[in-house]
Amino acid sequence: MSLRDWPIKQKLTAMLLLISGLVLLLTSAAFVTYQVVAFRQTTLKNLSTLGRVIAANSTASLAFANQADAREILSALKAEPHVVAAALYDKDGRLFSRYPADLPRDSLSAAPARDGYRFEQGHVIGVEPVAEVGNARLGTLYLKSDMKAVSRTLWLSAGIAAGVMGISLLAAYLLAAVLQGWISQPVLALAETATAISTRQDYSVRAPKLGEDELGVLTDAFNQMLARIEDQNRALKQSEEQLRRYATELEHRVAERTHELEERNEALRRNAAELTASNTELDAFAYSVSHDLRAPLRSIDGFSQVLLEDYAARLDEAGRDSLQRVRAATQRMGTLIDDLLKLARVTRAEMRTEAVDLSDMARDIAAELQRTTPTRQVEFAIAPGLGTRGDPRLLRVALDNLLRNSWKYTAKQAQPRIEFGSIQVNGTRAFMVRDNGAGFDMKYADKLFGVFQRLHSVAEFEGTGVGLATVRRIISRHGGRIWAEGAVDQGATFYFTL
Amino acid sequence: MNPGKILLVEDNPDDVALTIRALKSHNITNDVIVAQDGVQALEYLFGPDGGPGADELPAVILLDLKLPKVNGMQVLQRIRADERTRLLPVVILTSSDEERDVIEGYSLGANSYVRKPVDFVEFTEAAKQLGLYWLLMNRAAPTPRKL
Repeated sequence: MSLRDWPIKQKLTAMLLLISGLVLLLTSAAFVTYQVVAFRQTTLKNLSTLGRVIAANSTASLAFANQADAREILSALKAEPHVVAAALYDKDGRLFSRYPADLPRDSLSAAPARDGYRFEQGHVIGVEPVAEVGNARLGTLYLKSDMKAVSRTLWLSAGIAAGVMGISLLAAYLLAAVLQGWISQPVLALAETATAISTRQDYSVRAPKLGEDELGVLTDAFNQMLARIEDQNRALKQSEEQLRRYATELEHRVAERTHELEERNEALRRNAAELTASNTELDAFAYSVSHDLRAPLRSIDGFSQVLLEDYAARLDEAGRDSLQRVRAATQRMGTLIDDLLKLARVTRAEMRTEAVDLSDMARDIAAELQRTTPTRQVEFAIAPGLGTRGDPRLLRVALDNLLRNSWKYTAKQAQPRIEFGSIQVNGTRAFMVRDNGAGFDMKYADKLFGVFQRLHSVAEFEGTGVGLATVRRIISRHGGRIWAEGAVDQGATFYFTL
Repeated sequence: MNPGKILLVEDNPDDVALTIRALKSHNITNDVIVAQDGVQALEYLFGPDGGPGADELPAVILLDLKLPKVNGMQVLQRIRADERTRLLPVVILTSSDEERDVIEGYSLGANSYVRKPVDFVEFTEAAKQLGLYWLLMNRAAPTPRKL
């Protein structure tokens, strides 16, 4: 584990120990150094004192060259166990006496070294001149002391320093262990809180505040941040909850609508099926009518004609008239059937929607009407460019019926006029077929478009009462509306939208 | 005038009588063979077992559509499917002028489609026109048997 990754507790403890250790080390080094220096000076001083005393005592023995006396003086050095060797030199520098007596000669220098006290080669050396006060020099005293005392002092003070250091470090460690808590505890508390939040996502916990220092400020800031996060979290959860509610509501609504739609679809399907069924029935009916209903009519008409041709001689005028009436009725019935079939066809025909020019269509129909009855003079006023979208075949049938209607009902008019155009009704374009023919009483306007409903007798105007019903069927199949306005002998106007 | 026979396929006796009368009234004297349903018509043309039927094929067939047993469209189909009668003129003469009948009739190879008018005078006129056209004006394809 790298130093960086140490727990903050250990870091703090280590830091404190390092600092106090360094301080202690420096202090101890100073202490030991001082001890040693002081002791060495003391040692030198002691030795010089000793040297001066012995030198003073030795003046007589040197002055009188009394070797025995000199030996005795030197042997007094036994009291100083540190002094390992001593010697007296006479004024010419010759060795005069030595201590201890058995000291080999060559362990001492032949001539005295320069005066003074100094450390040399692990020993303290002292060279003291021997002279009477105020007189000439008599000789030289040489002293050699070992360093045992110095090194003992050194070891002692080093030991004391080590001991003090050890105790101090222990104390520092114990103190650091306790004091680091001041800093580490709030940090650890913060860390713990942060961990708890990140693992449990619980933003309601708060870091405990342990003081008013910078860590306290940090804790406050942290807690404030937490409070804000908690608020935002709550708001978020509320919006989420709301969203979920909306989503659920929406789902419900969609499900409801889907259900309704399905029901409606089902109803539509049923209706469509019913419609298809009734359409099929109508189809079968129309087919059957087309084939079967006309056959007997043909027989009635045919055999009436046979009677008229083959038995004319045996019939009187009334009999022939009756037969003619039978034939007329039969043919009218044939026309009725044909018209009904047309109406049925209009109802079941498939719609094909495309662009249709109604003006063109109207001009075409007008020309056809003129061609079939060239004796009539009718004024047509057809507005140009009236286009729309629809089934061209069905629209042709509708427009044909309307124009033919006008053509028919203007037959008794001196100056017949038929108009085709368009007007705006409630913002919608309505097409219009207007004539100045027989018109009709508005009282019966609602009967105009009913099947077999007629406002005129056949004697007045030919017709079956199916044409306008067919027109209305076509207009309503296009999603449009048809209505009429008119007055007796004032003409009629038919309006339709698509 | 083509001396060939006319095969009238018609189940309604009134229509048979009126058609024959209409033809005769315009001096169309060709033999008219009447088949009262599709089966009779096919038997006449191909024999009871599908073998050779009439020695001489008719000059024209007047075919009603709504017939008992085998209807007109099926008869037409059989006529056109057979090598011997493939080119025989067939006129559909019927009550209906339903668009799908007209289309189907022509699709199956009818040569003409005539709707019987209710008015007998018109009907007679139509019969006359038919007789004149198919027996007098029209040059029929040579029948295979004569080759």
